[in-house]
Amino acid sequence: MDDDLKRLKAALSTATPDPDGDAKARAIALAQKNFAKNQGSTSGLRPSHNRPENPAGFLTGVKNMFANFGLRSALLATSSLAVVGLGVMIILPDSGLTPDLGLGTEGRLQDERRKDVDGVVVTTEVVEEAELMLAEPLIEADVSGEQPVVPLAKLSVAEGQQGLASMPVKPSPDDQARLRDMDNERFANEVANPLSITIEDPVSTFSIDVDTASYAFVRTSIMNGFLPPADAVRIEEMVNYFPYDYAPPQPNEAPFSTAVNVFQTPWNPDTKLVHIGIQGEKPAVDDRPPLDLVFLIDTSGSMQDANKLPLLKQSFRLLLSNLRPEDRVAMVTYAGSSGVVLEPTSAENRSEIMAALDRLEAGGSTAGQAGLQQAYAIAERMNGEDRVGRILLATDGDFNVGISDPEALKSYIEDKRDSGTYLSVLGFGRGNYNDALMQALAQNGNGTASYIDTLSEAQKVLVDQVSGALFPIANDVKIQVEFNPAEIAEYRLIGYETRILAREDFNNDAVDAGDIGAGHSVTAIYEVTPVGSPAISSDPLRYQTAENVADSSGEAGFLKLRYKEPDAAVSQLISTPFTLEGTSPSQEAAFAAAIAGFGQLLRDGKYLGNWGFGDAIELAVANKGDDPFGYRAEAVSIMRLAESLSR
Amino acid sequence: MLMQANDQNLVALANNGDGEAFGQLVSRHYDRIYNVAFRILGRKSDAEDLTQDVCANLATKMQSFRGDAKFTTWLYRLTTNAALDRLRARASRAKAADGWGAFEVASRQADREQQQELEWLQTAMAQLDPDLRATVALVVSEEMTHAAAGAVLGVSEGTISWRMSKVKEALRDIAKQEEQI
Repeated sequence: MDDDLKRLKAALSTATPDPDGDAKARAIALAQKNFAKNQGSTSGLRPSHNRPENPAGFLTGVKNMFANFGLRSALLATSSLAVVGLGVMIILPDSGLTPDLGLGTEGRLQDERRKDVDGVVVTTEVVEEAELMLAEPLIEADVSGEQPVVPLAKLSVAEGQQGLASMPVKPSPDDQARLRDMDNERFANEVANPLSITIEDPVSTFSIDVDTASYAFVRTSIMNGFLPPADAVRIEEMVNYFPYDYAPPQPNEAPFSTAVNVFQTPWNPDTKLVHIGIQGEKPAVDDRPPLDLVFLIDTSGSMQDANKLPLLKQSFRLLLSNLRPEDRVAMVTYAGSSGVVLEPTSAENRSEIMAALDRLEAGGSTAGQAGLQQAYAIAERMNGEDRVGRILLATDGDFNVGISDPEALKSYIEDKRDSGTYLSVLGFGRGNYNDALMQALAQNGNGTASYIDTLSEAQKVLVDQVSGALFPIANDVKIQVEFNPAEIAEYRLIGYETRILAREDFNNDAVDAGDIGAGHSVTAIYEVTPVGSPAISSDPLRYQTAENVADSSGEAGFLKLRYKEPDAAVSQLISTPFTLEGTSPSQEAAFAAAIAGFGQLLRDGKYLGNWGFGDAIELAVANKGDDPFGYRAEAVSIMRLAESLSR
Repeated sequence: MLMQANDQNLVALANNGDGEAFGQLVSRHYDRIYNVAFRILGRKSDAEDLTQDVCANLATKMQSFRGDAKFTTWLYRLTTNAALDRLRARASRAKAADGWGAFEVASRQADREQQQELEWLQTAMAQLDPDLRATVALVVSEEMTHAAAGAVLGVSEGTISWRMSKVKEALRDIAKQEEQI
């Protein structure tokens, strides 16, 4: 072989990425499933094409199938599908018997249904396969002359068992972890907050969260016809997606107002919701400080889909049209190698910025870290007196070159955050979306993470709420609530699972927390069970009683907030007691409750009893309010879609 | 037992209804299918899609595998045909620079020297038409003889030799251009 060809061989070998373990497992499982199907019918009855003629349609179908499973069950299914063929083999000889696996044959695979039957991991899918097989006649027929004769399964029970014994039936924990790591869409979530017993654990502490990415992601899923995986649902982000008309703060007081609203829980007549609404002040739009924006744009090959780079360009054009002459914009791309494509340019020169935007093309890999470093370098250069610097990172989620360790990236961003440059993340597209990394980046960069699926979402994030997204008014906002065991027996924070803080972190100014932008509203909801309510789920203790610690103030709890003024290092404290007084919710609080209920239905509805999508829709419709941008109306139609999908 | 079985035995067992043999066959050859697919398509997601498609149809297609060729030859044919179909479909939809033009540099730890090599590769592959890419994937990467590659691609040994000379010519052209810069 001559030198050029040797070089070509070496380069091709380096360039070829290792096959993805998950994709491989999926493909093999699919192959085996189809193999098992083929064995089930005579090839004469089902000649060689057992798939739709359009290969694209077939592939899409397969993709949707996996998309529909939901993440965790898809992984379980990939391991269990692999045993389909074997399961069938074993059952065949006893064809008179219906396998009693203790499972129904229908139902969503979204449910994590699995049972161990003789060591075989089964999902509903397997049962369906098995029954299908039994229903089909086992005729050993000669087939058409053109087709080669394919002998049917002629396995004896013994052979079947041998096959089973020599096949790894259960994935090892290692395998499962590996598969999970390799799955292409990654979500950050924790298990739903449990019910806390006030007397044992009276204090609840968390950081506020003004991200909205989860709602947009849930919406895209539902619009595409499947319920989102439970881990993609972060209830507080769904609730906080909507603007609420809470009373603004008084001038010359804290930069935000706080209001507590207590009312009866829509899904449980014996509990109450404690609704905490925070409203950030709206600085007059005219005297906002000038902005220095650095667009950090992922132009890797995967960004070329219509819902990625093209949508991103349109979105940024929307944003540009709302900038002022004194604002400045710079642009850095990262793909293969990162590069500055637009030096800091005054927003006056719109045509220049637009032209740079138009020149962007997708191609290459994702040198995320190099791009980020360059963006921070430019932002620091642009930094000036009374200007607000922010990096807007737009990506479909992968930083596959340069860093392999998200922790290192996080600490890098943490270091940079203190230089005064904020980082916000705009997520685009599906398939690759790395929600976990986006969350981590935005949380550590003192920014927000938004998911942009449509141009109207871009309008919301980059235009309607641009002041909130770009101008922080309070940093590191933490909430701590102490409940009074004399009034409240049990409580549960709805959502905020990824934002829970340790009790002592509340007073520790070194611990980072969420930020409030101008005009942002933040909502947190607790479901509380008053003392004496029939809804109390845990029995009283024999040796301790609530009276031991009771006070007679009548207060139900004490709400404390800590925040820092922008650029301040020391936090300030706001506190206010609240009681269980109050009966009917405000329209805004009731709508928030409807969304919180909807989120729980999508995640884990165990506290909701018989309250379903229909009730959530009714509550949302009744409290739609003004809805000038139509967000709430849209939410109702999403809820309706989800209701049909859940049936 | 089965672990030592060769392809031929596994194919026979699988065509006899042995799911385990079939599973072994697929796992054994998955990487091979994927590698060839990637080298023709130049994009990981495409290569994975295609490999999944090939795997999904393998059970059915295998019924028409008569054992008159080596199983790997037959599998290469299946894979290259599918990849070339896909590349042509894509070329008719989008501009021809697609694929290797938008090729993903895979290795995370690519150092500067490697990076240069990968850029060179990208330039080279972008200049090769689909048939030449398939030929490169088989002859250069899989080290097949011209005769064997011809059998896979359904052309004569001479055609493969001629294509390889075109590949070398393209590489020389790139080298010349590099010198000029």
